[in-house]
Amino acid sequence: MLHVETLQKSFDGFMAVSDANLIVNKGEIIAVIGPNGAGKTTLFKLITGHLKPDNGKVYFKGENIVGLPPYKICKKGISLSFQIVNIFNRLTVFENVQVAILSYQKKSLNLFSPAKKLAIKETNEILENVGLIDKADNISGSLSHGDQKVLEIAIALGNHPELLILDEPTAGLSPEETSATIELIKRLNKDLGLTILFCEHDMDLVFAIADNIMVMQLGKTIIQGNSDEVRCNTEVQEAYLGGGSDT
Amino acid sequence: MFKGLINRFSFSFLIGFTILFLILPHFLPRFYIYFFSLIFVTGLLATSLNMVLGYGGMYQFHHAVFYGVGAYTFALMLIKTNLSPIFAFIAAPIASAIIGLIMGLICVRLSKLYFGMLQISLGSLVWAIVFRWYSFTGGDNGIHGIPIPSIISSTSKAYYFTFIITLISLIVMYMIVNSPFGRIFQAIRDNPERSEAIGVNVKRHQLIGLVIAAFFGGIAGTLFVVVEGSVFPDLMFWTFSLEILIMCLLGGWFTFLGPFLGASIIVTLRTVIGIYTEYWTLVLGIILMLLIFFLPEGVLGYFTEKYKGRFKTPIVNKE
Repeated sequence: MLHVETLQKSFDGFMAVSDANLIVNKGEIIAVIGPNGAGKTTLFKLITGHLKPDNGKVYFKGENIVGLPPYKICKKGISLSFQIVNIFNRLTVFENVQVAILSYQKKSLNLFSPAKKLAIKETNEILENVGLIDKADNISGSLSHGDQKVLEIAIALGNHPELLILDEPTAGLSPEETSATIELIKRLNKDLGLTILFCEHDMDLVFAIADNIMVMQLGKTIIQGNSDEVRCNTEVQEAYLGGGSDT
Repeated sequence: MFKGLINRFSFSFLIGFTILFLILPHFLPRFYIYFFSLIFVTGLLATSLNMVLGYGGMYQFHHAVFYGVGAYTFALMLIKTNLSPIFAFIAAPIASAIIGLIMGLICVRLSKLYFGMLQISLGSLVWAIVFRWYSFTGGDNGIHGIPIPSIISSTSKAYYFTFIITLISLIVMYMIVNSPFGRIFQAIRDNPERSEAIGVNVKRHQLIGLVIAAFFGGIAGTLFVVVEGSVFPDLMFWTFSLEILIMCLLGGWFTFLGPFLGASIIVTLRTVIGIYTEYWTLVLGIILMLLIFFLPEGVLGYFTEKYKGRFKTPIVNKE
């Protein structure tokens, strides 16, 4: 479904991503892991068009999408949920998700019908799914960090993506919130058939839910494979797992 | 069409105000009728600016240009052509919208403050042309004694006309800010990057918003000519743009009617204080300082916050 080939990006001479390769098949949960600064977030931003790569190709459903602006890539069916909470602060939780749906339904240039009456069912469905329905009328800027992270995912779902990219969905969450988010990811994958690509620091969690893991270090892809292959790879052990330790 | 847009309370409020303003001219001396017309015009202007400022989060620093272009187009059409005045009424806002489109195409590439800076320079260019082109625009003298159609030329007729057009424009703008377009515009205000990530063509959206705001600014411009009977380059000088900006901030730029309230306050103060001193801008400066310290959300914003508790957390703008 998604195929990344030798992607490169440098910032003022610093190679953030030098050789990233990734294959994502439909229906899978794929994790990208790597130490801080390995280029995971950059990779995600390159795929979704928020950054322009210097070199390399990104194929989505057989089509090269490199160089397209983010809004076009989004329309093709890739949604990104950001690592740093990136929501619409002054809008209510409901409106946050609603705008994504309105945009997906191509209603963004509709000037005269009241927005209050549009996309209510779809919005509530998503809010119910992620468990934010009780807080629908709260101003999103006043939510707790955990709820905002969930709202991030909810907004991304509003675009009915085929591929959902989650940049550290559990960063800064409490253990309970983390497990709730993990449940959510599993459920989205199973019930909605979403393909999910995410990156994460917690090893146990990655090995528990990912079908396939890609390991990055210093901007390079070291290996992509299932958990056993990754665990056994000596390069990975040296670079990341620190010789047997799990964290 | 209005169902679901406003609740019954605000609807009766609206009807009440409409009736009040419709019977007002029967009781008030002529000066006050003129004064209220001026408030409507300025209020409409401030509201049109707020569409892009408060709802779109764009730093529209030179909104007066669209006001001035509307006013001049209207005046010149009446003077230089023999066409029916109807055409002048139609042409003026469209001319403003076109100027908005041209300036917008150049400006929306930039974001935030840079957008505003470039707009000030482009707008000042328009001002300079109007200011210098004596043979066409009358230069710094402006144009006086514009032949307003007799059906709306008297003070009270101009008042009714201004009131009705302002009311209609406000209703249309209210519908726009509450439409999907307006919703997404607010989303862009809060977070352009995220908006792009949910599939919104941010630049195009901002451009359309700017054109709409310019259009309504142009309507305000024509109304000004109807009320005043003259035009002059000060209408599109950048200091006036700042004054409109202050109206929005004063009234509350995250509320729909705030800018209108701000405009009424400023116009009233200017008229009242103008009687006693020439240094009206000094008072304006002091108001601005007090505003920043005590009412960062504006007057109406302060009251909505107090009574609805809707904007509980202070929203910190990034950058």
